[in-house]
Formats: sequence, C-alpha cells, structure tokens
Amino acid sequence: MGMTRPRLVCQLAALLVFVLTGAVSAQAPARFGIGRPATPQEIARLDIDVMPDGTGLPPGRGTPAEGAAIYASKCAACHGKTGREGPNDVLVGREPREGFPFAQNPRLAHTIGNYWPYATTVFDYVRRAMPPMAPGSLTDDEVYALTAFLLNANELVANDAVVDRSTLPAVKMPAREHFVPDTRDQTARKPRP
Amino acid sequence: MKVSRRDLLAGAAGAVAVGATARGQAPADPSKVRGKPPRATGQRASAEKVQRIVRGATSSGTPHQDLMGIITPSDLHFERHHGGVPDIDPAAYSLLIHGMVDRPTVFTLADLKRFPSVSRIHFLECSGNLGRTAGPKTTPGQLAGLTSTSEWTGVPLATLLTEVGAQASATWLLAEGTDAAVLTRSVPMSKALDDALIAYGQNGEPIRPEQGYPARLFLPGWEGNTSVKWLRRIEVSDKPFMTREETSKYTEPFANGTSRMFSFRMDARSLITYPAYPVTLEHGWVEINGIAWSGAGKIQRVDVSTDGGKTWSAARLQEPVLSLAHTRFRHLWNWTGGEAVIMSRAVDETGYVQPTRAALLEQRGPGTTGYHLNPITGWIVQASGAVIYKEEAWG
Ligand code: HEC
Repeated sequence: MGMTRPRLVCQLAALLVFVLTGAVSAQAPARFGIGRPATPQEIARLDIDVMPDGTGLPPGRGTPAEGAAIYASKCAACHGKTGREGPNDVLVGREPREGFPFAQNPRLAHTIGNYWPYATTVFDYVRRAMPPMAPGSLTDDEVYALTAFLLNANELVANDAVVDRSTLPAVKMPAREHFVPDTRDQTARKPRP
Repeated sequence: MKVSRRDLLAGAAGAVAVGATARGQAPADPSKVRGKPPRATGQRASAEKVQRIVRGATSSGTPHQDLMGIITPSDLHFERHHGGVPDIDPAAYSLLIHGMVDRPTVFTLADLKRFPSVSRIHFLECSGNLGRTAGPKTTPGQLAGLTSTSEWTGVPLATLLTEVGAQASATWLLAEGTDAAVLTRSVPMSKALDDALIAYGQNGEPIRPEQGYPARLFLPGWEGNTSVKWLRRIEVSDKPFMTREETSKYTEPFANGTSRMFSFRMDARSLITYPAYPVTLEHGWVEINGIAWSGAGKIQRVDVSTDGGKTWSAARLQEPVLSLAHTRFRHLWNWTGGEAVIMSRAVDETGYVQPTRAALLEQRGPGTTGYHLNPITGWIVQASGAVIYKEEAWG
C-alpha cells in the first residue's frame, strides 16, 4: 500500500523530533554534585593570603631591630647589606622624594619605599615566597620582623615600631595614590557564531 | 683468510651505499634498508634540532623561526616561572575553592575531569615579551618567544563557581599556584564567569609540567602571569588582593605620573618569522610570513611593508582565523636585490592598530617597564641577502 504524502511528512516530522530529542544532550543540571566539602582546617592551612585591609594577617609581631638580624642572615646575600645593593631585586630606597618619575627615568629602581602601593603585600610575599630556596620556612613573627625592618629601612615606620596585624594595614605608602586601574576595555569580542 | 685490497674497497663502497652517512644515521638510499619498528612514543626526525631558547633561570622562549602554522608543539611552548617547575603527583593534586561561596569545595583532578569540558585554541603570551636590548643578531624567538598557541582543554571556571555557589556580591577572586613562588593573582569575577578555564589538557594530552601540570587557570587573551599554573586554590572575594605580582611587578608607569595596574589584555601584535635572522636570502620570490595575535579578538588584517614602512599592503591570512589565537599571515615579495626593511603591522577586529615604538615611548616614557610592549618591529634584508633584526632604542 502506498503512503499518502501528508502521512509521510507526518512520520518524517515525528522521526525528526525523535532524532533531535535523542541527539541533543540533556540540560545541564544546576549542580553536578562533584567534589567534596572542604573542612575549616584544610582551608586554614592553605589560606595564607593577606589583603590590604589586614584580612588574613596572623597573630604575632616584630620590630625593625629583630628583623635586621634575620635579614642579615637570610636575605642580605641576595638583596644586599642594606637592601639597596642587589644582586637581586632592590628593596630599599625612597628617592625621589617628589613625584613619580618612573616613566622618565630608566635608572630608578622600583623599591618598597618608592613604588609599592600596599605594606601588607610585603608580609604576604615574604611569607609565601622568600627566601627562594626555603619558601614558607619563616615563622609569622620572623615575617613581621622582616616586614618591620624593610618598612623602617624605607623610612615608612619608626625605629621602635611594632609591626603586627593592627599596625601593618595602617602604614601609609607614598606610591599608593599613583596607581590607577587599566581603563582599556578588557572584554574580548566573542567569536562570531 | 686473505682479503684483497679490491675486496676491501668494494666492501667499503657497499657500506656507504646502505650504511650510515656522514650526516648521521640516515642511509644514502633509504629504500634499500628496512626501516625502524613501531615505537611507543614518537620523536622528531634526528636531523631536526628545533629547541626552546632558554634565557636564564626563569624562562625559555618558543623558536618562532623554526615553526609553521599556528599551533606550538607542546614541548616548544614558552615557559616562565617564578619558583621553578614543581613536580606534582596528579593523584595527590587538589583544587580548593572557598571564600564567598555557599559550599567551600575540594576538587581532585579526577573530579575536574568529570565536569563537562571544552577545548579552545588560544595564544598565551607573557606580558614582558619584547627583547628591548636585542641587537642585529636576534632571532624571532629571542625577540618575542614568550607567546605560544595551543589547544587547551578543561572545565569552564564558571561551571565550578556555580557548583560551589559563588555569591552574587563577589567581584574578584584570588588564584594561587602550588609552585615554590606560591604565585597569586587577583582576577575579576567578570572574566572568571566569561571565558576562564581550569585547563588540564594541551594539544590533546595532559598539560606539560612547564605549562602548569596537572591543572592551571587559563584566561584567554590576558597577560600570561594571570593564568596561574599549578593551581591549588581559588578564593572568591569582593576586593582585589593586591599581590606582589600585580603591584610591584606587572604594572606600567606612564609618562603622566601614574602606574597602570590590572593591565590584563594583551594588545594586537605581529611578528615576521621568515625571513628573519639568521636567514640569508637569494634573489627572487620570497614568501614573507609570520604570526599575528590579539587579546581583543580576531586578527582582521596584517599589513606588510618591504620599504621600511613607507608603503603597506595587506597580507593573506591563513584560515581559520581564530579569536585570541595566533594567525599565520603570508605575503609574496620579489626581492630583486639591494637593502630592504620588511615590517608587519596587525589590526584586530576592534580596529586597534599595532603601534609604533615611538607611539609607545611617548605614552610610556624611556623608563617604561617591559610589560605590554607590542611595537611594530622589522628586519633588514642586507644587499648580501643576510637578514638582521632592525634594532630599536628603548631609552
Ligand atoms: C637566593 C637569593 C635570595 C634570597 C636569599 C632572598 N631573596 Fe628575596 N628575592 C630573590 C629574587 C630572585 C627575587 C625576585 C623573584 C621573582 O621576581 O620572582 C626576590 C624578591 C624579593 C622581594 C620582592 C621584590 C620586588 O621588588 O618585587 C622581596 C620583598 C624579597 N625578595 C624579600 C626577601 C627577604 C625578606 C629575604 C630573606 C628572608 C629574601 N628576600 C631572601 C632572591 C632572594
């Protein structure tokens, strides 16, 4: 028996619907239920970052004098006796006192004193990455002391300053006001469909 | 047994015919020698000595002068690290996502691979990708080897952020590596939810150790440093973290007395990879070719000049032209002799035109840091045919 034309179209349409619903993958669920809950202990073990407002700073304290001794034994070989001599990154120096002429002067070293916008970054970075051959080996008190030493050498805190979780975020950094976020449009054009 | 001089000579000739030649192991007539059996892993032809350009303790560059097309072989992808390449046991690897999320979660590598995945071809470029002190004897890879293109496979970060319930008020996140620098960068949520990947695949195989094995953040089109490798932790927040890598480093002082931070996007750039140092040309037709790329989308046009920038003509672009990926351009040129300066200039789909060194210097000053410098560069074809880099003074 021959099939009528409308009936054929109907059956083809039904087949199409079947093929489509069979081939298109299921709607993604709101959640896949993959991964396991993190415990507070494992978060605390990894969560070592320090923010400009002091969030993340641990208990502990340190002074420039305590830091000077640690600096001499653990840091001076690479950053110089006073933090100015290298051979690795120059850490100390307030010149120039006026302005922010880094673009004009290729010989001006970028230091904590003249270029770093946030004092909390010193604690964060030294604790996570220095010294390079034994990263993460310093105690929190040692990191506070080294931070105090470096800030004092850069004339940002007094000789008798105590650096801790409450004083560090309050240290005023002269370079801060010069930093501006990028104003270029950061979103890329989407690939055309 | 007595061996005549004639036998010896005949034997020697036979050895030359089927045995090793002076060039290496290849027989003079390969059709007369049975070839090698199958091997579990392939290797480059022994005559091909292509290698990365190692530049000190913290980086190596892609040898663009030796490559074709747009995909960088994984073992030639550039590397840049701040604490060496860590050795990570994939079975012990995990990624923690916490902070402003409803469900702080730990994902193993196997967990990450269970999520729906995507593969995308993208370039990755270090933001400090210009040899500013390069002399005449500089190859393309030495000049700008810190960009490479791969097919990256992974799970969209947006999928993971949905999974952990990232809060609506979150605007930034911190990405942290488990290398010896425990490198950290702040990333805007907008990018994380847009096209960010947690990548574990590179050109069809697991990511190479130098590129972040077993899993890394990948932010298409953005400065390489933000695509944190060996990713161990993501903390969701409503403020940037102001890490050392986004304050002391990876910022650009401008001539107007400011310093630009969070300069994420890599602007359009092109690089002629042939002819370039150390090539020597012969008179006649030359196919000038190179790569162009943009962190803003697709390359729309590449102009080539063979007269030092006086006149330009549009090069042919090799299809497919992919968004945020190297694009190969080619331009036929009949070199009839005499000195010539060849240059290329990229234009991307936003209309952005690759700038001159002079334009960059005016904006950035002679004290500019090495980040985000994408000037038009050129090669001098000397009358002898020798090709050298056209030196540029950066102050
Ligand atoms: C083995 C040499 C070495 C030692 C020892 C060392 N550093 Fe470093 N330091 C470096 C290098 C190299 C860098 C740059 C790292 C990079 O850019 O990834 C650096 C960077 C820094 C920076 C950031 C500089 C900038 O301008 O961004 C600080 C701060 C710092 N070190 C402090 C210290 C302190 C404090 C100690 C002692 C506990 C120390 N370093 C010990 C080699 C060393």
